[in-house]
Amino acid sequence: MRVRRTFAKWLVVLGVLHGMVVCAGFFAPYDPVEQDRQSPYLPPMRLHLLDAHGHLHVRPFVYALRLRESSFDQFEEDTTEPHPVKFFLRGARYRLLGFLPLRMHFFGGENTRIYLLGTDAYGRDQFSRLLFGGQVSLFAGLLGAGVTLFIGWSIGAVAGYYGGWRDSLLMRVAELFLALPWLYLLFALRAFLPLAVSPLEAFFLITAVLGAVGWARPARLVRGVVLSAKERDFVRAARGFGASNGYLLRRHILPETSSVLLTQAAILIPQYVLAEMTLSFLGLGVPEPVPSWGNLLSGLQQYSVLVSYWWMYLPALAMVPFFLGYLGLASSFEERGAVYKIESRIWGM
Amino acid sequence: MRSIVLLLLFVFVGHQAIAFPQEKIGKEELLVLPGEVGRAGGRLVVSLRGEPKTLNPLIAADARSREVIGVMQADLVHINRATQQTEPALAKSWKISPDGLSYTIVLRRGLKFSDGQPLDADDVLFTFRVYLDENVHAPQRDLLMVGGKPITVRKVDEHTVVFQLAKTYGVGERLFDGLAILPRHLLEKRYEEGKLGQIGSLATAADQWAGLGPFRLKEYVAGQRLVLERNPYYWKSDAQGGRLPYLDELVFLFVPNADAQVLKFQSGETDMISQVGAENFSVLSKQQHGYTMVDAGPGLEYNFLFFNLNDSIEKTSPDIQRKQKWFREVNFRQAVSAAVDREAIVRLVYQGRGAALWGLVAPGNRRWGNEKLPHPARSLDRARTLLKEAGFSWSNGPDGGSTLLDSDGKSVEFSILTSSTNADRAKMAALIQDDLKQLGMRVQVVPLESRSLLDRVTQSRDYDACIMGIASYDADANSDISVWLSSGGLHLWSPSQAHPATSWEAEIDRLIEEQMSARTFEQRKKLYDRAQEILAENQPMIFLASPNILAGAKNSIGNFHPAVLEPYVLWNVEQLYLKNGMENATR
Repeated sequence: MRVRRTFAKWLVVLGVLHGMVVCAGFFAPYDPVEQDRQSPYLPPMRLHLLDAHGHLHVRPFVYALRLRESSFDQFEEDTTEPHPVKFFLRGARYRLLGFLPLRMHFFGGENTRIYLLGTDAYGRDQFSRLLFGGQVSLFAGLLGAGVTLFIGWSIGAVAGYYGGWRDSLLMRVAELFLALPWLYLLFALRAFLPLAVSPLEAFFLITAVLGAVGWARPARLVRGVVLSAKERDFVRAARGFGASNGYLLRRHILPETSSVLLTQAAILIPQYVLAEMTLSFLGLGVPEPVPSWGNLLSGLQQYSVLVSYWWMYLPALAMVPFFLGYLGLASSFEERGAVYKIESRIWGM
Repeated sequence: MRSIVLLLLFVFVGHQAIAFPQEKIGKEELLVLPGEVGRAGGRLVVSLRGEPKTLNPLIAADARSREVIGVMQADLVHINRATQQTEPALAKSWKISPDGLSYTIVLRRGLKFSDGQPLDADDVLFTFRVYLDENVHAPQRDLLMVGGKPITVRKVDEHTVVFQLAKTYGVGERLFDGLAILPRHLLEKRYEEGKLGQIGSLATAADQWAGLGPFRLKEYVAGQRLVLERNPYYWKSDAQGGRLPYLDELVFLFVPNADAQVLKFQSGETDMISQVGAENFSVLSKQQHGYTMVDAGPGLEYNFLFFNLNDSIEKTSPDIQRKQKWFREVNFRQAVSAAVDREAIVRLVYQGRGAALWGLVAPGNRRWGNEKLPHPARSLDRARTLLKEAGFSWSNGPDGGSTLLDSDGKSVEFSILTSSTNADRAKMAALIQDDLKQLGMRVQVVPLESRSLLDRVTQSRDYDACIMGIASYDADANSDISVWLSSGGLHLWSPSQAHPATSWEAEIDRLIEEQMSARTFEQRKKLYDRAQEILAENQPMIFLASPNILAGAKNSIGNFHPAVLEPYVLWNVEQLYLKNGMENATR
């Protein structure tokens, strides 16, 4: 019971986070590529309830930022006029879930732009970029992990079930894949591709590469499970009754691998999100101006950004809840898997 | 035992060599520099953006080698980096004949190379023979071809040489700036063997290399540093008669990236820093512990966007040929220029420490700019009108965005190359990408390592558009000659043409060449102004912005006066000194 509750808890957390990213257009106040050239490197605005005169406002508000006198990059709040935060207001066009054209945004300011996480070098809203960047990074992670698991699962099942030379061959290939220095291969691969890659092509390239790289580990795990499952009494019995290979795999053996696969998925997804971020950070990912979490952090390669604009680190923090969610899910999968196995063993006796 | 004798011999010889000039100092004709009198001694550490390739002026092509060679060699006539005027150097005086065709140069007497060997007219003759020898492939050769013919050099006596030109040359004696006078006694044998290109590596033994500059080779540690020591025979003195340079040692640390240079300077490991980016400049300015940052004002660097206008190369892919139909349209280039927000580039890329550009002459060059050149403000409306006139149209997308279509109905998409190591130009590209999006053009920015970028632009010519920057080495019109002339290697949109491809390029060629042989500044300026106007009308280069020269030095460094010409901080290296009682804490 307890296991099920923690499991549900993590699912809800992840569901909410992913929901925000999927509906980024709604939750983000602005277009992520729109440049506000009057305000580069604007620090995050604070939400206030108490104004400069000590009056309490029901509706949260922000103060516009202005340059401190005789400085080029120091900002201070202009407390003459509070700008209330408006909810459900019309703003930039976007497409919800990729097809629903809408203009409604969750929040925004009426006469001023509200930058909750500050702006980057071109005056683009970091909060909007973070949400839209999540679409690229998380989707690349999910898709990449899906491809990996599918390849790993098929290869592991074939190697484990058929054994013999097929097993040896596939497992040696898997070892080869584990031993290759992938990052350097990627650099080489990028050099062969045409110069200008559109964001969409770049995205599928990344996912394909990520998916093709990591299949060896899940394949080995699945092979282990299949190896032990095919020697079970009920499998032997079924074979004795004349069941075909396909039937045995489908009905008896592959269902046994489900808990391993789910746990692997929960571990692989954050890993792949991180891998996408690494590639984008190094300039091998989706090109500017499309945001991704790695792109958001790539500004930190510059020393001046590193020491001057602390809010540029914030996207790194934003990933923590996502990763925590996935890892929590993985550990509750593991627990659930263990309970399930013991129960089934007792039940089976 | 023998080695000790040898060692003693060396010490003795070395001592002799240093003692020798003291006796004959009366005969030397030293150049006396005005300005603050400093204190002798100490060493100065600066960082260099990577390892120089060579110490040999005959093969040096990279900026780092040139910077090091600049402090080890000297020229006949030198351009003062602060005043931008010529002044005597190895030449005590010079005279130009009334017809402007012969230059008589009188050398200082009693000068010696850094190994103690005397300098005379034969060294000068030898130097120019080597520069002009086709088999040596010296980069200086092009500069010494006037009117298509090489300059001839004749010796009059031990200290007088006459240079004969085939045609009058507008630059005059500025021609000699940067042409290092080479030591004949060290190089002649190698030259006759045809091996000049192979000598002068950084690993050369210190006694096998000599020059006439303020410093000479001492030690080279591969991958780390190059240590130069004071040239005791240097031919300049300060106002009180003290022999220059003041510093005992000059150390170049090889620091490959700009951020690491900033960190080294901040931690006190290096004493000076130059070519600082605006963002790093403001970081360094915020907390000035024991050092001072200086904004020397607008420099001579110009950044620009250009399109691939190379024609009739079989290698160009059909895709690029299709795009070139737009690029060749003057209206298209004019429209791009009108859509670029230069003011935003200055503000966002240079944090205001720079100037918007509409022509090739950067604002740091006050004499040659054409004031009548139009400076149109950014106007998307004008850009749209220009495009419409050229047959472009727009299709409205479902999201309210519009796409620019050419006369065949194809959408206008291209990519812009930038150097991946230059954050400033990458930022400009991102801004231009957004500017052009508002015209409906879909632009992709492709960062590329600078060597392969240059290779693509000048060799394979497989690109759409590119952003680059060039820094003129002198505030004279002729320093950009290879950009202007259609046969020039830096005529980037279509380099090294056999014949000018368009009538306006032919017209520019004519104006620039005429300008080269004009006698007075006014005549040259008039021709040069016209060339600038033609360039602005045709926009083969869309000029963007020019950064200020930003530099800094420890407060303990005296005579630190950064100039807007290269080498920005080391131009007066012989006068730099460490102030009394302010020894560097790091050592």
